[in-house]
Amino acid sequence: MSDAKKFMYINRKAPYGTIYAWESLEVVLIGAAFEQDVSVTFMDDGVYQLTKGQDTTGIGMKNFSPTYSALGDFEVTKIYVEKESLEERGLSLDDLQHLVWEDEDEDYAEKDSIRLVSRAELADVLAGQDVLFNF
Amino acid sequence: MAMLHLVNKSPYDTGNLNTASGIMKEGDRLLLIEDGVYGAMKNGKAASLLNGLKVSVLGPDLAARGISQDKLADGIDVIDYAGFVDLVEANDKTQSWL
Repeated sequence: MSDAKKFMYINRKAPYGTIYAWESLEVVLIGAAFEQDVSVTFMDDGVYQLTKGQDTTGIGMKNFSPTYSALGDFEVTKIYVEKESLEERGLSLDDLQHLVWEDEDEDYAEKDSIRLVSRAELADVLAGQDVLFNF
Repeated sequence: MAMLHLVNKSPYDTGNLNTASGIMKEGDRLLLIEDGVYGAMKNGKAASLLNGLKVSVLGPDLAARGISQDKLADGIDVIDYAGFVDLVEANDKTQSWL
């Protein structure tokens, strides 16, 4: 793992209106399968990807939102959500899915994957990455 | 000569809702569809753009995005696809702010 790179996937688009959100999710899962150090950011309209209760039966598209809850099983445990983006849209963490991962070093204790960060904190997180992917 | 104005992009991603709401005349109606439905949420900053306007929103697009009706700004009419057709028919023109 010593030559694993820090990959950050930045999501800034709402789901369903464009294909970016779904494509990003697929690429994140591929990156995780190659045992890189994967983080994911949701900011701007990207925060809408994580909203609870999505039901696409009326629009004839696949509801891919349940897949976000599988990220923890692929060791994608660092999910950053930008606070300013939520607030501008009138959303809070309660409106988003509760994403968790199991820490095998602590008897598989369930831990929160989502880290609510300010824009300034997010800037520091991005600065510490090796590669940035934008969707 | 009432006009139906369609907005299908998020108000936080483009200025389309701002343009449409600014150009609408008395008697016109705004219909929010696809990512445009995010503009109908009452606690969002964009909700103020809807003040004083006749606004409808497409229910299946709300459901797809996990937006329950209690999250909508006051006075917004939720319609289905048949209601969409009725609005097109009831107005003289349809303008899509793509």
